[in-house]
Amino acid sequence: MDVFLQQVVSGLATGGIYASLALSLVMIYQATDVVNFAQGEMAMFSTYLAWSMLNRGAPYWVAFVLTVTIAFVGGLAIERLIIRPVEQAPVLAIVIVTLGLLVIFNSVAGWLYSYIIQPFPSPFPRAPIRIGRVVFGPHDLGVIGVTLVMLVLLWLFFRFTSLGLALRAAAQNPAGSRLVGIRVGWMLALGWGLAALIGAVAGMMVAPIIFLEPNMMSGILIYAFASATLGGFTSPGGAVLGGFLVGVIENLAGTYVRFIGTDLKLTLALLVIIVVLLVKPSGLFGQAVVRRV
Amino acid sequence: MAALLEARQVEARYGWTKVLHGVTFAVAEGGITTVLGANGAGKTTALRAVCGMVETSGEICFDGRRIDGRATEDIARLGIAHAPEGRGTFVGLTVEENLWLGAYARRDRTRLADDFERVYHYFPMLRERRRQRAGTLSGGEQQMLAVARALMLRPRLLLLDEPSLGLAPLVVREIFRIVRAINRDERVSVLLVEQNASLALDLADQAYLLETGRVAIAGPAADLRRDDAIRRSYLGY
Ligand SMILES: Nc1ncnc2c1ncn2[C@@H]1O[C@H](COP(=O)(O)OP(=O)(O)O)[C@@H](O)[C@H]1O
Ligand SMILES: [Mg+2]
Repeated sequence: MDVFLQQVVSGLATGGIYASLALSLVMIYQATDVVNFAQGEMAMFSTYLAWSMLNRGAPYWVAFVLTVTIAFVGGLAIERLIIRPVEQAPVLAIVIVTLGLLVIFNSVAGWLYSYIIQPFPSPFPRAPIRIGRVVFGPHDLGVIGVTLVMLVLLWLFFRFTSLGLALRAAAQNPAGSRLVGIRVGWMLALGWGLAALIGAVAGMMVAPIIFLEPNMMSGILIYAFASATLGGFTSPGGAVLGGFLVGVIENLAGTYVRFIGTDLKLTLALLVIIVVLLVKPSGLFGQAVVRRV
Repeated sequence: MAALLEARQVEARYGWTKVLHGVTFAVAEGGITTVLGANGAGKTTALRAVCGMVETSGEICFDGRRIDGRATEDIARLGIAHAPEGRGTFVGLTVEENLWLGAYARRDRTRLADDFERVYHYFPMLRERRRQRAGTLSGGEQQMLAVARALMLRPRLLLLDEPSLGLAPLVVREIFRIVRAINRDERVSVLLVEQNASLALDLADQAYLLETGRVAIAGPAADLRRDDAIRRSYLGY
């Protein structure tokens, strides 16, 4: 029972990271019908920025806030400068552009920071936290806390501010949004900025667990895809829940199902994707998209 | 009466296909203008031209200023509210959120509570359904929501694209009654596109008949009502 609780908590921690990245994928997908394959590499690159600030002696939370800000502005700029010019192109062309971004971020990070694995600090205390007979990793609890706070803030923003409402409107109905005076182009850019910001937080939270290197997010991105597919690419809330579910399932399966262990865990994510696509393609909470042809 | 909206020799195209071939029309300040015409005549395109949603040439002036070539969102900010064909409601958002969005472009947002009261006064059923997703409303209710949302802008000019389409006669009469009240009590000018010529001519003071992208007949609504050709083809008596 103790092991079970521990594994659930650490599953929720990685799940929070999948949930964050899945949410940023879904946000861009909803607004533009495009899956941003560079989402993970953008997060990785942001984490390297934080790392070099920390190396220059910046206090953790200062580096955190700076990184998140730069990621936001960077995401905004990528949409304005790189995605915008191909906005009218077929979806496939835009997807290719995001794949190009993936490769560019990956190689620039390798060139700037090398492919050597680096440790990345956790901002949370070291000492294990005991509750009753169960021992929890403080970083796990911290990650769960940070992701929950971020998700709640995002929810408040989208639900209760007029800018958040405009963002949702622009994603659902661009033509109608222009008619009420919403600058749809800027809303899309803002969406990219927010997605990059969420990704940066996820990157900094996961780096202490999996270490820092240019390919660190490739596995995480697949889990994020699995989460978004499970929850539904059309449902932000579903994607978040999917993230936590995938995190917990992954951890429990790795612990209790002997042959899965750590080697087959990624296969499990792919299995989730395939099974969901076969059984309920729109995901647990997504709506089937009806397209008129 | 001075013209609030004036379109002169407007042409509009979708890609290579030209749909409007030099159309001229106007809406007087405080007036109601209707554009009639069969399916495919170019009525919707004329409204889209005003809102900068299609490629146009020619001249469109609002309140004496050129607006052709401007972005749709800037035109909305000038006080032109468009309840488009297919209603343009945000079906995934609640009724209340749709109304909020209607006021999005307004500079003064101080008396927003009054505006909610005002549209709920015109459309009481929207108040009951304010927490409901717009997509769950009936066709008539969605049309009312489209008009209500447009009103939230406190527009000077209201563009309505076939508000009667697919609705029961009673509902249509109710919507037209409210449009008349809005025009009379709040001096909102209206540009109404309709296939239902009889209702539209009762409401409007100025009327245009579009045929395949050209103005075939123009004049005071009362004159068009008496026009034999219109009576035969569009009024059915
Ligand atoms: N988005 C579009 N792309 C291409 N052609 C269009 C488009 N919308 C309308 N048309 C064409 O333009 C003409 C006028 O259409 P429209 O303005 O919608 O007419 P109405 O509103 O009077 O029924 C029609 O021949 C129609 O097929
Ligand atoms: Mg039409």
